[in-house]
Amino acid sequence: MTERTPPLHGIHEDRGATFTDFGGWEMPVEFDSIRTEHAAVRDSAGIFDVSHMGEIEVSGPDAERLMQRLTTNDVTALDPGEAQYAMITDDDGIILDDTVVYDLPDDRPADFLFIPNAGHDGQMYDRWVTHRDEWGLDATVENRTDDYAMLALQGPEAEERLLDAVADDQRTAICDLSRFSTMTATVGGVDALVARTGYTGEDGFELIVPWDEAVRVWRQFDCQACGLGARDTLRIEMGFLLSGQDFDPEDDPRNPYEAGVGFTVKLDTEFVGRDALEGVEAQGVEEKLTGFRLVDRGVPREGYVVQDLDGEPIGEVTSGTMSPTLNKPIGLAYLPVEYRSPGVNVQVVVRGEPKKAQTQALPFLDR
Amino acid sequence: MSFEIPDDCRFLESHEWARREDGTVRIGVSDFAQDELGDVVFVELPDEGTQVTKDADFGVVESIKAVSDLYAPVSGTVVGVNEDLVDAPELVNEDPYGDGWMLEVELDDESELDALLSPDEYEDQIA
Repeated sequence: MTERTPPLHGIHEDRGATFTDFGGWEMPVEFDSIRTEHAAVRDSAGIFDVSHMGEIEVSGPDAERLMQRLTTNDVTALDPGEAQYAMITDDDGIILDDTVVYDLPDDRPADFLFIPNAGHDGQMYDRWVTHRDEWGLDATVENRTDDYAMLALQGPEAEERLLDAVADDQRTAICDLSRFSTMTATVGGVDALVARTGYTGEDGFELIVPWDEAVRVWRQFDCQACGLGARDTLRIEMGFLLSGQDFDPEDDPRNPYEAGVGFTVKLDTEFVGRDALEGVEAQGVEEKLTGFRLVDRGVPREGYVVQDLDGEPIGEVTSGTMSPTLNKPIGLAYLPVEYRSPGVNVQVVVRGEPKKAQTQALPFLDR
Repeated sequence: MSFEIPDDCRFLESHEWARREDGTVRIGVSDFAQDELGDVVFVELPDEGTQVTKDADFGVVESIKAVSDLYAPVSGTVVGVNEDLVDAPELVNEDPYGDGWMLEVELDDESELDALLSPDEYEDQIA
């Protein structure tokens, strides 16, 4: 697979970043240290290059119907300038991807934008086009992943940092922008879609800008550059899902109720997977994504076995890390629902050794 | 980026160092290794009295992003373990050749130490 590189790759390299392959993209994983970058986002502000995320625009008379039928949330509840978190499921209600759907402000050329995960843009574009044709809907679908860069400015000081970079007459609107809302703004002289969204649990903004202007916009922000390493520790602390780890349609197929995102499923709308999910909702699930912390020393990692106190396997760690904020080893695992309540003792097998662990309520961090 | 490579240490290809002390050998990981690992959050080391074998793993160092085995640069008996790393694993990042040391070993075979990479050879390896 040809490696895709974000437009900021060169300036990350000059800045001394280390890189990793993420969904076919060569992305910065660390600039200074994960701990430093993580702390900047929790305490002040940090900026991430998240250009590996896909961007697909949908327009036309049936754009809303197409979005509604391919995502689990209720797109009709959105007004222009509003966004929502949603799942994209197959006929069986299995999560194929999670996404944020933007009902774009009226001054944008397209009607809707949604953000598939890294490397999923091609597959999601095909899915939208195939279903549009099958259903005979009048909508234009465009994969704009290579046209847009995406930056995430996150942290309690994010608003302040953004205000320094936007045009004077847009500052009030930026301050008034509520969570999961979006507007067009001029950032460092560049027209950007600015959304009060992000995946860290902090206040913050995601900026979608033309690919060629990414460097110019990035340079507006004199704050800690952060890589995917910190993004991962920040999102685990919040219990947010990571595609490919916390759900994976091939290796670990999960429905939204198991993954703890049942709130994104609106069964009173029509979408692919609805009937299956109605059944799941009525019947209940056997396993649920459960947070835990290791009581013994060690760090839980993806794939480690979780067992009961008798040593019987009950699940596997999907994500785990040493939480930089809590300074405690934490993780996520699909466990039988009887382990759902916080404070249940389990064991995590770390390199052959069962270590004491205890279930925890999600999110790990109160935000 | 240049990394510290003390003159009085010898190195294993897998980035552990060994340094002769008074009658024993101290073992840790190199400045290059700690930089590659990133924030060290946990170090698992053997107990005193354990026998370690050259090139065999003797423990584990975990950073936020990765788990890495530790390999013994020399064979011998563990006579000291850096207990400070239990509460302050970050010492490995902060002072890899000093306070971030890991084991003290009584050598089985003096010649093993001299057979390790010299500082110059190690510098060439990480260049």
